[in-house]
Amino acid sequence: MTRKLWHFPGGLHLPDNKALSNGRPSAVAAVPERLIIPLQQHIGAPAKPLVSVGEKVLKGQKLARPEGYVSAPVHASSSGTVVAIEDHPVPHPSGLSAPCIIIETDGEDRWTELTPHPDYQQLDSSELRNIIREAGIVGLGGAGFPAFIKLNPGSRTAVDALIINGAECEPYITCDDMLMRERADEVIDGVRIMRHALQAKQCLIGIEDNKPEALAAIRDALERLGEKSIEVVEVPTRYPTGGEKQLIKVLTGKEVPSQGLPIDIGIVCHNVATAASVHHAVERGEPLISRLVTISGHGAAEPQNLEVRVGTPIASLLEQAGGVKAVHYKLVMGGPMMGFELQDAKLPVIKTTNCLLLASAEDMPQRGPVRSCIRCGECAKVCPALLLPQQLYWYARARDFDKAQDYNLFDCIECGCCAYVCPSNLPLVQYYRFAKTEIWAQEREKRASDKARERHEFRVFRQEREKEERAARHKAKAKAVQGNGDEDAKKAAIQAAMERAKAKREAAGSEPKNTENLTEAQQKQIDEAEERRKASQQADAQEHAKED
Amino acid sequence: MSAALPSSPHVHGPLAVSKVMHQVNLALLPALVAYTWLFGWGVAFNLLIAAGVALASEALVLKLRGRPVAETLADGSALVTALLLAIALPPLAPWWLTTVGVAFAIILAKQLYGGLGYNPFNPAMVGYVVLLISFPLEMTSWLAPSALGEGSLSFAGAASYVFTGALPGAAGLDSLTMATPLDTMKTRIGLEHTVGEIMASPVFGKLAGNGWEVVNGLILVGGIYLLLRRTISWHVPVAMLGSLFLAAGLFHLIDPDHYADPLFHLFSGGAMLGAFFIATDPVSGATSNRGRLWFGAGVGVTTYVIRTWGGYPDGIAFSVLLMNMAAPTIDYYTQPRVFGHKRG
Repeated sequence: MTRKLWHFPGGLHLPDNKALSNGRPSAVAAVPERLIIPLQQHIGAPAKPLVSVGEKVLKGQKLARPEGYVSAPVHASSSGTVVAIEDHPVPHPSGLSAPCIIIETDGEDRWTELTPHPDYQQLDSSELRNIIREAGIVGLGGAGFPAFIKLNPGSRTAVDALIINGAECEPYITCDDMLMRERADEVIDGVRIMRHALQAKQCLIGIEDNKPEALAAIRDALERLGEKSIEVVEVPTRYPTGGEKQLIKVLTGKEVPSQGLPIDIGIVCHNVATAASVHHAVERGEPLISRLVTISGHGAAEPQNLEVRVGTPIASLLEQAGGVKAVHYKLVMGGPMMGFELQDAKLPVIKTTNCLLLASAEDMPQRGPVRSCIRCGECAKVCPALLLPQQLYWYARARDFDKAQDYNLFDCIECGCCAYVCPSNLPLVQYYRFAKTEIWAQEREKRASDKARERHEFRVFRQEREKEERAARHKAKAKAVQGNGDEDAKKAAIQAAMERAKAKREAAGSEPKNTENLTEAQQKQIDEAEERRKASQQADAQEHAKED
Repeated sequence: MSAALPSSPHVHGPLAVSKVMHQVNLALLPALVAYTWLFGWGVAFNLLIAAGVALASEALVLKLRGRPVAETLADGSALVTALLLAIALPPLAPWWLTTVGVAFAIILAKQLYGGLGYNPFNPAMVGYVVLLISFPLEMTSWLAPSALGEGSLSFAGAASYVFTGALPGAAGLDSLTMATPLDTMKTRIGLEHTVGEIMASPVFGKLAGNGWEVVNGLILVGGIYLLLRRTISWHVPVAMLGSLFLAAGLFHLIDPDHYADPLFHLFSGGAMLGAFFIATDPVSGATSNRGRLWFGAGVGVTTYVIRTWGGYPDGIAFSVLLMNMAAPTIDYYTQPRVFGHKRG
């Protein structure tokens, strides 16, 4: 079963440090006293609360419903009482607070009524998607894109291949590794369900060759289940193989078009942990309320993997994992290459928390001095997108954003390879993020000013029209008074009405209607809709950029 | 851009600018030793003066610019410039010549543009060209290699000349110096000698100038070391030496009496130094691999043109500076195909 494999450009061999945390079996973390459940744990619009303060909730009960298409519901991860719905710091690179539902748990951990579907083959694609959507399943590989959307190829194209991402290329992280070792059957069952929903012609599971136990476990399970139509492929360990575009290239030799999606080339890619949660949602009716989280780093007393309820405060989780042994450490969510630092341990675990890294100086040593770029091109050698990071840096730094886009800034996946090898220690990825955000902001401003201009032009046009109409009316009146007969006045009135109608027709073609004299409530509604639209656009862009 | 929480990645590999520069200095060492051995103590004085002036002028400007002095000096780039310029100078040069060249290179060609990373031209070559144009006599008075044995200079003699301009005894500088092999070739071809006749004179060894070919050979060794360490990529040296070889080979085939053979060109003057240590300067050169091929080829062809039909016997410095000017344009038109974009 050797399959021809391709290479993606660039990439790095990194010390993987996975042995730190994959040595012991995963355990289930205890129910914390308080659960802090953010309304937005996914790409897209935040969910809208369905419960109110003081309400008793059961484990698995839906707390908030999705708002719009690109969104996902959130569920209670244990039973208890809603004590607050308020802003609370959440794990996000910005370090900002966001609305959360806070539950005081009652310790009973009592389930709500669940609706299992033991035979998924009885269900059609849209029923499956609905179950998966209702279960709040998002991409668990890191990006958190609502999973049901990627199970809906639409009428665009037939799905050639379903690719399951078990590469887990980031150093330290072992939650997918442990999941595949310990729950291979669940993963495979989830994969079968997704494949059924997509009617994909072939199905591949890509696993890096530094995870021989996981490879063996999945192969074993496939054999045991007599599943011959799913192929496990051992891929070489090379960061960032776990990136969606990179894994697709390695397995199929195809490149996802720039600014496009895998489905554009007939491929859908999901993470192994997403597959396992699809299995739970369909076969057991359980929504996504917990996940495996790797706790690792030389700052952690007992690095390991824990099955953690969404909303569990990180501090209480660390306590259970033996605490912190390093005096000075950084708390990073995700891996050392693409994760982000958290300001403190009060933040909750969310659906996309794959790893909590307690990084001591041993993991993240003090860096050398930052020097100027010498254009050595080491960054270009390792760039998996084949960009020229040194040029992007130059233009981002000079705020020459047009040039930065000429050099395809938006094809950057922010994998961090360039900054890893940079001999001048430049925070390159930070520059690219800065440039991208600036460009987005400029575009938003431009759209806003375009709209303002259109409104102004319409207003001027309308005032002009009203003036003319008034003049026409006066004229008609004057004529009527002069006693020139009703006939002329009628004609003038008809003429004026026809002109008005014509002007209205012309205006309606290009101008927004009802944008003047809005009430405050109406304006608010419009603004909210606009916010959602922006969020979903950004979400799309980010989804392209991240591994899923 | 100072965020409270630095963004990813949070880890860093072992590469560092200072390590790169130290590799370059290390790779130059064998050639420097051979140059001193073959051409006398004057070379050693050139090296010491150049290094001292480079570090002092870099420190001075950094202080004036309010930049961290010790941290920046530690990047090792000033020393690289000093060594590259010193190895390009005549083996017996008055102290002020070296000082002016190096100070110009560091202060005007490098620091006034913003220091390492911001200089559009290779500083060592700017310094060299300034000297060549301003002091043509001093820059073309080359000591004969000691192997030719026409009264080599003692340590004290060299020191006396470098620092006071006086030579021991009544000897004039003329008695010790000679034209460089490239110069000899150019002048005698102009006098209607054939290449074969010229190569038979004792100035020449097996491939090129006697002694010169050894220094160039050791520069090649150092260059190969840098290639193996992946400090430099193969693109510039291969393109430059390849294009020089092809251009020289073509004309040598057409008329072997009037055009020296390609190996002579490769092992003469600054060819090897240019290919591995000068044109590979990432700061002032092209940055993509395809761009580096064009850049290197440009240096090679221009060098051949200047050597054969131009006013100077060697053309490496001018070629490099000319191609430095073209680098941004080369970069713009040689962007690699980005992942997920259509080919071509």
